[in-house]
Amino acid sequence: MLKINNLHVSLDDEDKQILKGVDLNVDAGKVHAIMGPNGSGKSTLSYVLSGKDGYNVTNGTVELNGYDILELEPEERASLGLFLAFQYPIEIPGVGNMTFLRTAINAQRKSRGEDEISATDFLRLVREKAATLKIDTDMLKRPVNVGFSGGEKKRNEILQMAMLEPKVCILDETDSGLDVDAMKLVANGVNALRDEGRGFLVITHYQRLLDHIKPDIVHIMADGKIVKTGGPELAIEVENNGYSDLLDEAS
Amino acid sequence: MSFPEQNSAENLEIKESALVTAGWSAEARKDAFERTMKSGLPTARDEYWKYTNPKSLTSKIVEKAPLSKDKEGGMFTGANPIKIVFVDGKFAPEKSDDLDVSGLSVERLSIINKLNLHWAKDLYGRYEKLSQVSVPRPLAAYNTAYADEGVVINVSERIERPINIIYEHADEYSDVILRHIIKIDDNAELTLLENGPAAARLNQVMEVKLSDGAKFNHIRVLGRDHERRTATHIFGELGKEAKFKSFTLTVNGVLTRNECFLNINGDDAAAHISGACIGDGDFHHDDTVFITHDAVGSESRQVFKKVLRNGATGVFQGKILVKPNAQKTDGYQISQSLLLDEDSQFLAKPELEIYADDVACSHGSTSGAIDEEALFYLTSRGISKQIAIDMLTMAFLAEAVEEIENIKLKQVILDLLTNWLDRHSS
Ligand SMILES: Nc1ncnc2c1ncn2[C@@H]1O[C@H](COP(=O)(O)OP(=O)(O)O)[C@@H](O)[C@H]1O
Ligand SMILES: [Mg+2]
Repeated sequence: MLKINNLHVSLDDEDKQILKGVDLNVDAGKVHAIMGPNGSGKSTLSYVLSGKDGYNVTNGTVELNGYDILELEPEERASLGLFLAFQYPIEIPGVGNMTFLRTAINAQRKSRGEDEISATDFLRLVREKAATLKIDTDMLKRPVNVGFSGGEKKRNEILQMAMLEPKVCILDETDSGLDVDAMKLVANGVNALRDEGRGFLVITHYQRLLDHIKPDIVHIMADGKIVKTGGPELAIEVENNGYSDLLDEAS
Repeated sequence: MSFPEQNSAENLEIKESALVTAGWSAEARKDAFERTMKSGLPTARDEYWKYTNPKSLTSKIVEKAPLSKDKEGGMFTGANPIKIVFVDGKFAPEKSDDLDVSGLSVERLSIINKLNLHWAKDLYGRYEKLSQVSVPRPLAAYNTAYADEGVVINVSERIERPINIIYEHADEYSDVILRHIIKIDDNAELTLLENGPAAARLNQVMEVKLSDGAKFNHIRVLGRDHERRTATHIFGELGKEAKFKSFTLTVNGVLTRNECFLNINGDDAAAHISGACIGDGDFHHDDTVFITHDAVGSESRQVFKKVLRNGATGVFQGKILVKPNAQKTDGYQISQSLLLDEDSQFLAKPELEIYADDVACSHGSTSGAIDEEALFYLTSRGISKQIAIDMLTMAFLAEAVEEIENIKLKQVILDLLTNWLDRHSS
């Protein structure tokens, strides 16, 4: 479903290579985890996939359901079903959470030639999903992420994901900064979305999250490359021994 | 670059023979005529006009302002206002409502002008003259000298229904002077709504006196007929515990200069002046505000937000003057611009002049582009770049629009902004 092939990325501003040949295929119905030391390029990968400015793809391709997405705008990628849960969700004063969500849903529907969601359906849906994530309606009325705690911001990302029903979900350290209860809520939110037609790329530092979201495949990223791929046991190995053994072995 | 001399043949004539010599206003007019002669009309060399070239406001020839296809309508009909309509500065009785409302007296300057005695004599030109002490405001003095139409309102109670002055524009070369006098008595209250392009060129002055405990809510929408040129002045005085609120929305207009000069003379009075504007292309908008605190415990707020794109220019000159006796003054001033491209510019001159020691005054002025991180966040959810920019634009303007207390009227302004953005995707 998502096919990343030999992806090389440098920064627009500086002549610095960050991704140095990433190969990764995420198939429908599968959960992939990416682990790796700080600075190895995990967030960069998630930004490049979702179309953020400031990066320069010097080599390689990315396909989403057969579409070459690297030339597409972020909103076009989103409409094709790509979703990124941000490591650091942005606060947007003056833009209401509900307006934002509804505008996003309708924009995606419109670009797919579907009808807009009715106001009542939208309200019912958002209330229902918010309740399962323990997001109270007061929060929904506030401007996007403004005055939200770290955990509330992360839950808000999952709410957006649940509302938008993407095909490929990238979660960038959604677990960091969450206490155990909040992490369970987030994991339940993700698990509720797991199905045959949907793929996940879960970026995390900790086995902890992967206890709740059981990955099918685990990748280790270091210095801009996937250096090792394995099953769930790889995450446990990282948890027990850290990255150094793995990295030594890979080099 | 050279500009015409102030008394050159290219400029408006300032003729003594054109003055009205009879009636209660004659003296004030003569006085204002002399002020205008003395200072001359403004030129681009004047410090006070250094960001806005007044040439087209003072030239003898009025530039053509083609009419928009859609007519200026009653955008405030939801508020059930008392309508007063002027077409190119001429009163249109057939379009206006019955003005016989208890607690309210509305007269027209052109009619009362002929009288020998009128209460307006005390106010006509009074605040305009006072304002000339800080810096010459010749366009306002010119208005005092030559205005022959406008509304003269006395409010003696709390008036529920707003008054809505609608300024239609029908003649592509109309050159209009309007003068309004508003006197709000103790504890009385008025909401005044104004909208419409008015004329190819408009020189409008409004003098407002708020007695103790009086309230004035003012909302004004300047839009349509892009080529129009507008210079307005609001002069006012606030008595004890009086509340003055004025909000202006400006979209379109090659040249707009809105001046506001207020004297807070009563203890615990509050003056809030705010404005939101969106400028696109050949657009120049200037807000020049001067607030004097001359009483104890008074408050003022200036909140101005400007969105500028495709080479538009925004200007803000704002001053808070706190006199030595004005202890416990709370003054706030913010002027911000959102520049949507590098061709647009924002010129700001915020000033504080404080002579009292126990005051809390702050001011800030910023200029910035769209927040790229926020833009990416919105677009990454499938929202098109244009709509995302519009959402961020509305968010930017929100602080100014929030100054409008009445929820329905605020919604009118928000809808106007949203519709404008929908029609003008860049
Ligand atoms: N916009 C940027 N400007 C400068 N350096 C950057 C930028 N984005 C990423 N980097 C650098 O690229 C490397 C990878 O960063 P990142 O993708 O955030 O790693 P991770 O998410 O794995 O911690 C780091 O060395 C980081 O400093
Ligand atoms: Mg990261």
